[in-house]
Amino acid sequence: MDSKEFCGLLKENGFDFFCGVPCSVLGLIIKYLSYNKDFQYVPATREDEALGITVGAYMGGKKPVVLMQNSGLGNSIDALTSLVLLYRFPVLLIISWRGYREKGFPEHSLMGEQMQGFLKTMNIPAIVLSKNRMPKQIADADRMMKKLGAPVALVLKKGIVE
Amino acid sequence: MRRREAIEAITGCFKEGYIIACNGFISRELFNLNDRPQNFYVLGSMGLPPAIGLGVALAKPDKRIIVVSGDGNQLMSLGTLATIGRMSPKNFIEVVLDNECYETTGGQETSSSSVKFHELALSSGFKRSEYVDSLDKLVTALSKSLRSEGPIFIHAKIDKEKTSPPRAQIDPLRTKGKFMKALAGS
Repeated sequence: MDSKEFCGLLKENGFDFFCGVPCSVLGLIIKYLSYNKDFQYVPATREDEALGITVGAYMGGKKPVVLMQNSGLGNSIDALTSLVLLYRFPVLLIISWRGYREKGFPEHSLMGEQMQGFLKTMNIPAIVLSKNRMPKQIADADRMMKKLGAPVALVLKKGIVE
Repeated sequence: MRRREAIEAITGCFKEGYIIACNGFISRELFNLNDRPQNFYVLGSMGLPPAIGLGVALAKPDKRIIVVSGDGNQLMSLGTLATIGRMSPKNFIEVVLDNECYETTGGQETSSSSVKFHELALSSGFKRSEYVDSLDKLVTALSKSLRSEGPIFIHAKIDKEKTSPPRAQIDPLRTKGKFMKALAGS
């Protein structure tokens, strides 16, 4: 799937406000969101800032998405526990999975191995996106967020959206 | 200038405005002085009030959004000044109440005594930025901001206090619900 189709799926599900910090895996998606007038993308300086911005946008009536690398999940723990989860904000998280069967990037190894555990510890459901089930997976995530009134994470490996 | 006086000046000036208040004594003081649906109290997430305010300001361009932070909070979110400068919401005002310490946790010093927040804001792209060190000057700066385009920044030096404001029973879900209803309704 390409970035245009992927962003189109998010739009079809009503998502209309995007904010985040880039990752090479998310690079083309963020470029598409930034340069396409149908989308609103805010570049944040940190991932926790992105969560703050999207929470504000949600309160103002938007349906927001945060895009981040899994390293940014480390920056986000307090924002998730003391803001997003505490106040129950349904923010869609799109998290790239660096360190997944990846050699030569030791800085990503531990988070790559433990990311799903961190999300589970915070009771944030995580869906690992697969090429042929993406429309259903995004719709499922949206349904889960509505039901839970809380964030859901879509996990994106390299090579799934290009 | 006392923190209480500064907060009264802010709520007095922005009767129709929506206030995002940072964690600690600033939220407590605001809650005790003037709890209203247009206040959003950030119980934790130190450093995030400007980000939250930016999100609301972008989603609701016809509403005036005021972020009230302390110096410790502001030092945690210097990067957000750049994001606000870039997005440049006209309806965004940020007031930093600077007592040069983390008063909520017992008065430990921050590093704000050497920081000119108002200059940082201006060089980050805020449209107006002011430094005030008295209640009169704060009131003047606030009323000027009613007639100016944002983003606007006010760096206000305040006193260290000898006593703590009473604990406030702030419920996060109630705060969110009331704030969202107010934002959507009026």
